[in-house]
Amino acid sequence: MPHIVKSFDIELGRLEEGLARMGGLAETQLAAAIEALEERDSGLAARVMADDGKVDAGESFINEQTVKVLALRAPVADDLRTVVAALKVAGEIERIADLAANAAKRSLVLNQLPPVAPMRSLIRLGRLALELVKEVLDSYFNHDADRALALRERDQELDDVYSALFREILTYMMEDPRTITPCSHLMFIAKNLERIGDHATNIAELTYYRATGKPVTEERTKRDVSAFIGAEPRE
Amino acid sequence: MADAKMTTRRLAVHYGDKLALKEVDLDIAAGEVTALIGPSGCGKSTFLRCLNRMNDTVESARVSGEVTLDGQQIYGPAGIDPVLLRARVGMVFQRPNPFPKSIYDNVAFGPRLHGLAAEGDEMDRVVQAGLERAGLWAEVKDRLHEKGTGISGGQQQRLCIARAIAVEPEVILMDEPCSALDPIATAKVEELIDELRENFTIVIVTHSMQQAARVSQYTAFFHLGSIIEVGATEQVFTAPRNELTQGYITGRFG
Repeated sequence: MPHIVKSFDIELGRLEEGLARMGGLAETQLAAAIEALEERDSGLAARVMADDGKVDAGESFINEQTVKVLALRAPVADDLRTVVAALKVAGEIERIADLAANAAKRSLVLNQLPPVAPMRSLIRLGRLALELVKEVLDSYFNHDADRALALRERDQELDDVYSALFREILTYMMEDPRTITPCSHLMFIAKNLERIGDHATNIAELTYYRATGKPVTEERTKRDVSAFIGAEPRE
Repeated sequence: MADAKMTTRRLAVHYGDKLALKEVDLDIAAGEVTALIGPSGCGKSTFLRCLNRMNDTVESARVSGEVTLDGQQIYGPAGIDPVLLRARVGMVFQRPNPFPKSIYDNVAFGPRLHGLAAEGDEMDRVVQAGLERAGLWAEVKDRLHEKGTGISGGQQQRLCIARAIAVEPEVILMDEPCSALDPIATAKVEELIDELRENFTIVIVTHSMQQAARVSQYTAFFHLGSIIEVGATEQVFTAPRNELTQGYITGRFG
């Protein structure tokens, strides 16, 4: 139901549009970063790095708009949750775009070195992360709490691929020390992509909160075991 | 919820043929502020006025159901005497309405009526204590014998609160106590409400959502003579359970 005061709806709409624009931009950035890695396209990578500023500008807009609505409208109930969620989601999107830009930056170095085999798995990890980000943002803009909750579990898949990739990269480095430089960059990019999954998970939780007013309380199963690889965890 | 100071069960009010309140059940938590919100004509003021039998003064009003104060019936043959009831359940109105008497006599009025204090030093102490608790003493201590109607609106409202608490009531009912006050006077009254909560149970009717959110611990939303939702104020204003509540507090009422 619309608000009696129409300008309130207009301002909330502006917030939602700004966030949607930002989300779309971050998706594009991540997709381009993955493509730049796969195609060894340094020109595309450079563009991703240059465009990161646009996402930052989007976040500044959301920050200003949020403070304005809070100060002038004193929103409550679902309006309040929308405004608070927008502020936090904008922060998550900015981090996602930032990690994508960092992956693009590292691809510039990788492009000057011979290709390494684990790149295939890295691309797979990237596609999974991109898909998760897309679906999570869709659920956010559709107020779909159930879908958000289901997507939150999908991050496990990312963790599994990441842990496997971590082992794979280690194996390559041990077999051929000449791959250590590119493989180290790959390792960092993999970590970036895994972090993107965590930010997407946060957006899923904010989607649930915004729609229902309840925080997500269930503990998510953590499957990223890479922190233990190389040594047995002590009891 | 804390212990209930007052309870209502199936409380209904007719004004002539018109049903203004439809069998309302509500517990008023002791030592807390309960805010009653809802659109004009929803029954919240009617409900408030049942709590100290103010509706008795309205000719056409017919009250049914039960209201208790500390478990004691306030209506019916075993009901508390209305005059004693109103000493225990005080009221502050929308417009400050000090008597056209001195500031001193305004506060001393109730204690004199109920014979709570002897004239002289004892009454002086009661008047001073009432004004101090209402946060007004420092502003009026040198002009106690000036007219109560001669001070500012905000001061007059706090004088009315001092007058209400001078008889040591247990519950204070407030019907939009700040609607005629500026933001500074409003803030002073809200701060006062927060302090009074230590000693009194407070029920406040307000049209300001922000005021209900600021001063109350519990909020009840009335609509068309019924309670639609009641809960902890924080819950009602962040995640209301009912669509109507949400529509009303966010300004989307159809």
